[in-house]
Amino acid sequence: MTGEVVMRAVGITKTYGATRALKGVDFEVRRGAVTVLFGENGAGKSTLMKILSGVERPTAGVLELDGEPVVLRNSVDAAARGIAIIHQELSLCPNLSVRDNIFMGRELARGGLVVDDREQNAQTARLLERLEEAIDPRTLVSALRLGQQQVVEIARALAGEARVLIMDEPTSALSGSEVEVLFGVIRELTAEGVAIVYISHHLEEALEIADHAVVFRDGELVARGDAGDIDINWVIANMVGRSAGDLNPDLREEFGEPVLTLEGVSVADPTNSSRLSVDRLSLQVRAGEVVCLYGLMGAGRTELLEALAGRLPLLTGDVTVKGTRVHRQTIAERIRLGLALVPEDRQRDGLVQTMSVGQNMSLASLLAFVRGLIVSRPRERSAVERGVSDVRVKTAGPSAAITSLSGGNQQKVVIAKVLMTEPDVLLLDEPTRGIDVGAKAEIFALMAREARRGLGVLFATSEIGEALGASNRILVLSKGRIVREFDTRTALREDVMVASGENVEQETGAAQ
Amino acid sequence: MTGTASPNQAVPAPKRRVDVASVLLEGRAFIALIVLIIIFSLLSDSFLTLNNVITMTKHVAMNAILALGMLFVILKGGIDLSVGSIVGLSGVVAGVLLQGLRLDAFDVVLYPAVWVVVLCSLLVGTLVGFLNGVLVTRFNVAPFIATLGTLYVARGAALLISNGSTYPRLGGNPEYGNTGFGLIGGGRLLGIPMAIWIMLVFALIALFVLRKTPFGRWVYATGGNERAAELAGVPVRRVKLCVYMISGFCAAVAGLIISSELTAAAPQTGESFELNAIAAVVIGGAALTGGRGNVRGVLLGAFVIGFLSDGLVIVGVSTFWQITIKGAVIVLAVVLDQAQQRITGSKNAALAAASKTQGPTTPGGDAAAPTSGREPARTP
Repeated sequence: MTGEVVMRAVGITKTYGATRALKGVDFEVRRGAVTVLFGENGAGKSTLMKILSGVERPTAGVLELDGEPVVLRNSVDAAARGIAIIHQELSLCPNLSVRDNIFMGRELARGGLVVDDREQNAQTARLLERLEEAIDPRTLVSALRLGQQQVVEIARALAGEARVLIMDEPTSALSGSEVEVLFGVIRELTAEGVAIVYISHHLEEALEIADHAVVFRDGELVARGDAGDIDINWVIANMVGRSAGDLNPDLREEFGEPVLTLEGVSVADPTNSSRLSVDRLSLQVRAGEVVCLYGLMGAGRTELLEALAGRLPLLTGDVTVKGTRVHRQTIAERIRLGLALVPEDRQRDGLVQTMSVGQNMSLASLLAFVRGLIVSRPRERSAVERGVSDVRVKTAGPSAAITSLSGGNQQKVVIAKVLMTEPDVLLLDEPTRGIDVGAKAEIFALMAREARRGLGVLFATSEIGEALGASNRILVLSKGRIVREFDTRTALREDVMVASGENVEQETGAAQ
Repeated sequence: MTGTASPNQAVPAPKRRVDVASVLLEGRAFIALIVLIIIFSLLSDSFLTLNNVITMTKHVAMNAILALGMLFVILKGGIDLSVGSIVGLSGVVAGVLLQGLRLDAFDVVLYPAVWVVVLCSLLVGTLVGFLNGVLVTRFNVAPFIATLGTLYVARGAALLISNGSTYPRLGGNPEYGNTGFGLIGGGRLLGIPMAIWIMLVFALIALFVLRKTPFGRWVYATGGNERAAELAGVPVRRVKLCVYMISGFCAAVAGLIISSELTAAAPQTGESFELNAIAAVVIGGAALTGGRGNVRGVLLGAFVIGFLSDGLVIVGVSTFWQITIKGAVIVLAVVLDQAQQRITGSKNAALAAASKTQGPTTPGGDAAAPTSGREPARTP
C-alpha cells in the first residue's frame, strides 16, 4: 500500500493575524494512494489543503515535491506542477457552459487564437462519461443541480491530469450512486499512480476509500494510521480529544413554559423552489432550555432558522412564539415579538462593515432610543456601553470601526445586537464559525447565561463537540427532518454522529 | 506608502503619533478648495471679490442641492441618473401652470397661485423619484438602468408637455394673482440669493436627518450591508423608496430655482446635471458602493467643482481644457480616496489582529471596555 512520497509538507505553520491555524504540521502524500484527513471544522484541514494547492502560502515550513523543496506561488503555479484541487465551495461560473468551465484558463485554441469548441466538447464528453454523468457539455452550469455541479468540478480537476489531486468535501452534494462512481474513478486514478488527498465529514464513507488516514485537531496533526489498523472509533477518539470538555457551560436542568413551538413547518429550498429544505418539521423550545440542531451541511438548519427570522417564507406549518402565532410578520415585527437570529455568515449577514461597533450593536433596537424625531445619543451610548461590557467585547470603544475587531469579538457584537432587542427566543446559526477556541467557550457561556435568564435558545451546529457540550437537547436534522432526538446527559457521541450520517446516506439515495 | 502598520505587524503601542499623510488625505477636499481659491485669486483680481464669490456660490448651490439628494441615493448604494431630467421637467411643469392651464372642456384657463405651482412641480419631481424607487424595490431593476430609463422618460415628458419650446415670462400677472415666482431664484435675503439660503437649509436638514434620525442610520446601514440591515429589522425597501423620492424632490427644487431665476422654463434644462451631482458626491469622499459619505463632503465637493469651473472661465482657460481638467480632478479624487481606504483598512486589520493576541478568555479585569483611548497592548 505504501507508494513513494510524492509530496511532503515539513513543519508547516500558518497564522492568520494572531490565530495559528496550523502548528508545525508534517504531512506526506503517497503515490497511488488515498490519504484521508479527518478533523472537525477549524481543525486546520482546509488550511493545509490551501497551502498544498498554492492558494495560500505557509507562514513557516517547507513543501517538497519529489524530494525537492518547492515554493508554490499561486494555484496556477501548483496546477502547472500537477497539483489540482476540488474546492469545498463550488468555484464554477454559473453563466458559462460545462465545457467552458472545465477548460477555463486553459482553453484549447487553434493557432493560439480561436477556441477549438469541437475538441473541447469531445474531451468534456469523455470526462463526463468516465464519471457516468449524462450532461451535454454545452449545458449552462446554472441549469445543473448541485450534485451535478460537483461532478463538473471533479471533471475539471481530472482534466488537468494531476499527479496530486486534492478533494475537499467532494461528496457533500452527491447522491449515493454518484459517490460510488466517484470512488470507482478514484480507484482508477490511484491505479494509474495519482496521489489523492481526501477530506470528508462522512467518516464511514471516507474510511471506505482511505489507504492512509491522518487526524487533525486544533491545527495539529494528532494521529496517523493505515487503513488496516483503524476504525471509526479510532477516528472519533482522535478527532475529539480534549477540546469539547472546555465548553461545559452551566446549563439549567429545569425548564419553563414553551417559548417557541413549530408544527409541521416546511421551507422551500431557496435555490430550487421545487425542493424542500425543511420538511414538515415540528419542535419545541422551552424557556431556559438550550436546544441544538445538529446536522451536516445541507440538512436544512440555516433555512429553518432564516424562515423563523422572517428572511425566507414558510411554506406550511405553524410557528408560535410565547403564544403568538408567527405567520406573515416582517423581520422587524418578529424582532419585536421576541425572535431574533444571529446569522451563520457574520460578514455577509451579521455586520455592516462601514459602521462602528456601537452603530452595529444598536442597529436592531434603534427605535428604542428615539425621542421625538431623533436617536437620543446618551441613551444609545449607555445601552451600547452596557452591551460591550455585558458580552465582553474587546474594543477601543463604541466608535471604533467594526473591522478593527477580531472575528470572535465581531461575533460578540452581533450577539449583543440581538440581545439588545430583548428577545424571548435566541436563534443562532453556527455561532462559532471562524472564531478561536477561547471565544467559542465564551459564546457558549453567553448562550447558557441567557438561557438561565429565561430565554429559549435554539442553535445550529455541525460540530459534534459543540452539540454535546453546549446544549440540553440535540435534535439531529437530516434532509429537512428531525431524525432523532437526544438528551445531552445520556447521549453518546457516536450515536449522534451516526444518526446524522446514516440518514444522509439513505435519504440522498432516495431523494435524488 | 506611509508609516502606517501593515496587517501582520503588531499594532504600535503609542497610537497618538500624528500621521501627516493621513491628515492631508482626510482633509483633501477642503485642501483642494483652498488651493483652488489661492491659485485663482492670484491669477485674477476679480475672482475673490464679494460679488463674484456670491455668483459662484449661487452656481454651486444649484449643484449642491442636487448632490445632497444624490448623497442619500449613493449612501444607500444606488445611483440616480434621472435628476437632470427632473430639473427640466419640474421647470416645464411650473411653466405650463404659470402660463395658464387651458381646460378646453370647460372653456376656462386656470391660473393657479404660485404656491400651488411650486407644490405641483415638487410633487412631479418626487413622483419620478417614487417611480425610480418602485422600479428598484418592486421590480428589482438595477438602479443604474431604472434611473437611466426615467432619465429619458422624464426628459421626453418635459418635451411633450412643452412641445419642445420654452415657456418665457414666468413672472406671472398681477391680474391673475400668480406673481412672485421669480423670487425663488432671483430674490435675495440679507443680500444673499435665495438659492444659497435654500442650499444651506437643505444641507442642515440633510445633516440632521443623516446624523440624528433612525432613518439616517438606516440609510447608512442599508448601503453598508443590505442583508445585515434587513436581518436587523431595518425596513430596507422603504428606505430605498425614500432615498429616490428625496433625490427627485431635491432635483425638482433645483429645477424651480433655475426656471425662476431665468423666468423661463426650457425642456432641455438640466442636461448632464446628474453627472455634476455625482461628481460632487464622489469628490466629497462618498463610496459608490454605499454606506460611506457625508453632507460636509458633498458641500466641499460641490464647491470644488463650482469654483473650478467658474475660476477656469474667469482666468480664460478654453472650454476644452475646462472639461479635461474637471475630469482629471474627479479621477484624482477617487484615486486619493482609494489610497485612504487602503490605509484605514490595514490599520483596522492590524487592530483586529492585536485584539486577538490579547486572547478573549482573559479573566475579569478587562470585561468592561474602556470608552476612551486605545487599549494598551499587553505584552505576551
